[in-house]
Amino acid sequence: MSSSTATSPLQKEEEINRGSTYHKLKQEKPRKLKKRRKILQNWQLYIFVLPAFLYFFIFHYIPMYGVQIAFKNFNPTLGIWGSEWVGFDHFTRFFQSYYFWDLLKNTLGISVYELIVGFPLPIILALALNEVKDSFFKRTVQTVTYAPHFISVVVMSGMIIAFLSPATGIINHAIQFLGFGPIAFLSDPDWFKTVYVLSGVWQSTGWGTIIYLAALSGVDPQHHEAAIVDGATRFQRIWHINIPAIVPAMIILLILNVGSIMALSFEKILLLQNPLNLESSNVIATFVYKAGLLDAQYSFASAVGLFNAVINAILLIVVNKIAKKTSETSLW
Amino acid sequence: MNTSIHETKTDQIFKVFVYIFLTGALVIVIYPLIYIISASISNPSAVNSGKMWLYPIDITFDGYKLIFENGAIWRGYLNTIFYTALGTFINLAVTIPAAYALSRKDFAGRNLLMGMFVLTMFFSGGLIPTYLVVKNLGLIDTIWAMVLPNAAAVWNIVIARVFFQTAIPKELEEAAIIDGASNFKMFIKIILPLSAPIIAVMALFYGVGHWNGYFNALIYLSDKEMFPLQLVLREILVLQEMSAQSTNLTGSMAEAIHSKQQLAAIIKYGVMIVSTLPIIIVYPFLQRYFVKGVMIGSLKG
Repeated sequence: MSSSTATSPLQKEEEINRGSTYHKLKQEKPRKLKKRRKILQNWQLYIFVLPAFLYFFIFHYIPMYGVQIAFKNFNPTLGIWGSEWVGFDHFTRFFQSYYFWDLLKNTLGISVYELIVGFPLPIILALALNEVKDSFFKRTVQTVTYAPHFISVVVMSGMIIAFLSPATGIINHAIQFLGFGPIAFLSDPDWFKTVYVLSGVWQSTGWGTIIYLAALSGVDPQHHEAAIVDGATRFQRIWHINIPAIVPAMIILLILNVGSIMALSFEKILLLQNPLNLESSNVIATFVYKAGLLDAQYSFASAVGLFNAVINAILLIVVNKIAKKTSETSLW
Repeated sequence: MNTSIHETKTDQIFKVFVYIFLTGALVIVIYPLIYIISASISNPSAVNSGKMWLYPIDITFDGYKLIFENGAIWRGYLNTIFYTALGTFINLAVTIPAAYALSRKDFAGRNLLMGMFVLTMFFSGGLIPTYLVVKNLGLIDTIWAMVLPNAAAVWNIVIARVFFQTAIPKELEEAAIIDGASNFKMFIKIILPLSAPIIAVMALFYGVGHWNGYFNALIYLSDKEMFPLQLVLREILVLQEMSAQSTNLTGSMAEAIHSKQQLAAIIKYGVMIVSTLPIIIVYPFLQRYFVKGVMIGSLKG
């Protein structure tokens, strides 16, 4: 497992297919002839891929073409191609707007907060679960902690709103029981990020352990036996055997997380947002939704979205490069 | 692993901490779930005053009664069942054949196609250009807006492809080709019958996605008759509570809103359960399939 996560998807595939004698036989024929023959022989396979190809072409590649409206003044009657070019006007307008820094600060603030709190917890939980040999207890913890993953974002937001209500929520009752005053979590901008991040931790920490548990199950028990003989404590064994085994998985997830820092999942933010907490809950993604779809400023919103996507792509590439240099584990 | 060699004192203390930590995690996750169940069958005033905090008080099923009498919830439920069934069917019809073809070593151009698909995980046109495509295709306010813009997910194609690469013996395919079977015939007669596990995993992943999704409906549907359950829930759980916090109305207007809120207060915990019920029912049986799907994915990642 530890080595398989380190290889890129393509390398992995080569490994999987190396055993195919069929493939080896085919390779002996002249290349060009082989290729034409393969295409003719397997024309039906193209029909298998056709629906997926059409889907990605229509719903992903055409929008990529359509992103040019960020540099135009989109006019529905003229169409994407016919609308006039305005260069970087929408971008300048966005950068000079009074809310630009707020949006950027909130987007980065929530993401980084989420990364710092949310990234280590599944690792700790997985390492702890891995120490438990009592399978009933282990399975119970797993079943229960995985469950919130399946709660929809609307129900999750409903739970947050209900539990945190200043007058009727159970959390505020508990706070008052302890002798403090109620806190209006959702109408106080200072609390928004914490509410967002901690509810996310509650919902996804358990599910996040699966990938690490898979890596830990690949650790050779002999390593542990040898370490026990050498007098290593449990903690030392975790530190020197288990953690190195999950480092590749950690790096991959870290790359993906940092690479999606700007692509904050905003569905929950949109549901929890209200005029009172907007100061800290207004992020780029919700802004794009409001400007683009509610106010129909298609071009401007596309420009804002494109700015976000470009920053994201740069982050992903940079982090991947750093990971590749320092640890030899990377996405590509 | 081997624990037959006797444990030192520090190890035992460490183990105690591990158990305390895990029990803590268990309680933190399970408490809100129990609270919701208890609250859904308790007297709302006991819930709102904080008297009910663990087990139900003054058990009443009024909330559920109101839910079952609520036309909007019923309609949303039926709509969601329909979108989930149709959407998942389309997902499988797109994902499984494509993943199979892309798993075949002798399929020319597969790396190019796979690259084209994977690229969309990292780059996309964004919300607005995608919306404009859906709009230009005339899908707004049709059922197709609920099922076509998410007809496939790259990650699921990757997972299914790994399954076909690893779980289907290559010899079977070779034998079928030697016997002169066409790819169609081979896929239907040999591959599909062996693919039950991956079809189950894919159906679950996609199905849960359709069941829980609200955003596509929010942006593509305006006709209330077509709203899926999650949008109805949004009105009950999110919007009505909002009006409670952000309005300062007086008089009869406030009273009307107040009673609306009261209704929302009575049914809110019940709708959380009713809407999640199908997943709650299947989850214990299917947990290992979900986990398996994630594991295949992690092998690849």
